[in-house]
Amino acid sequence: MDYGRSERPTGAAPLPTAIKVLIAGGFGVGKTTMVGAVSETRPLRTEEVLTETGIGIDDLSGIEEKSTTTVAMDFGRITISDDLVLYLFGTPGQDRFWFVWDELALGALGAVVLADTRRLADCFPSIDYFEGRGTPFVVAVNCFEGARQFRLDEVQAALDLDPGVPVVLCDARKRESAKEVLITLLEHAMKLREARRRAAED
Amino acid sequence: MTGRGDSAEQEWVDDHAGPVVRPYAVTGGRARPVTGTFDLISLVTSTRTDVGSESGLGPEHVAIVGLCQRILSVAEIAAHLDLPVGTVRVLLGDLAARSLVQVREPRATTAGLPDEHVFEAVINGLRAL
Ligand SMILES: Nc1nc2c(ncn2[C@@H]2O[C@H](COP(=O)(O)OP(=O)(O)OP(=O)(O)O)[C@@H](O)[C@H]2O)c(=O)[nH]1
Ligand SMILES: [Mg+2]
Repeated sequence: MDYGRSERPTGAAPLPTAIKVLIAGGFGVGKTTMVGAVSETRPLRTEEVLTETGIGIDDLSGIEEKSTTTVAMDFGRITISDDLVLYLFGTPGQDRFWFVWDELALGALGAVVLADTRRLADCFPSIDYFEGRGTPFVVAVNCFEGARQFRLDEVQAALDLDPGVPVVLCDARKRESAKEVLITLLEHAMKLREARRRAAED
Repeated sequence: MTGRGDSAEQEWVDDHAGPVVRPYAVTGGRARPVTGTFDLISLVTSTRTDVGSESGLGPEHVAIVGLCQRILSVAEIAAHLDLPVGTVRVLLGDLAARSLVQVREPRATTAGLPDEHVFEAVINGLRAL
């Protein structure tokens, strides 16, 4: 809490470093809920207005000539320390807006792909995207009521995941649960980083 | 918002008519900042507490200087001002050109995953939440 001091001599304390993690998955799977559960404030919303065509927006039919498309992103903040701030970004709808995904994924430490066992296939595009980019990710199965209980290895097989990709259960509404998912992701990303570093040395 | 019916469609258009028109006026139609790139998570802090006497600044510039008395990301500034990120980037460029804000870009985005100590710090920070 040492913001808000009235005098800030220029060049005094260096600004913290910001890092980010993405929360992805199908429509209504609990992305915004998870961002809100672990962030220090309620989720904020920011918008990108895209004015050009041909930047990966697949369906502009019905919109006239020089169209603008608004892409909304939910995000939250966790201040880790005086020199580290973590941002969590919920990704905008899959299948559209890959342009915005590319911007979000650039420099991200990793991604959580939320899955709902009632419609597992909804998270395929997210998984394909992160696999394709080499972004470390974990799959978190959000436990909605009424969903048939799957074993995690069944989910792993159904999603055709690499054996190394962690699959965990979560309740996106609960802070502790969301925290655990993030910790699993960061531990996984750290391992991947080490493995890649070793592979590069060989 | 999930509906595909007429009323939902109508609402969507109304919601967005404002934010699309206003930014144009705010930036004088400029699409790009005069300086800087401004990632969504670039962190910004004001170098001054008061810019009332600076000429050539609009109310949104002044609002950013006010907000950034605490350290905020570009995304947070946009959310608080309810302006699209592109508009905020232009405004931040104006402020950076006058050295009224200091900006810290996120760690090199092309450098791959960060050092182990960054991961460890985040993991420990999360455990302590
Ligand atoms: N039972 C249960 N409900 C949940 C859980 N997570 C989210 N929900 C509910 O599911 C609904 C959708 O959650 P959101 O967080 O808005 O989902 P989203 O992925 O952000 O949705 P879009 O951004 O519209 O794609 C909300 O009504 C949540 O309260 C969960 O773990 N369990
Ligand atoms: Mg959402």
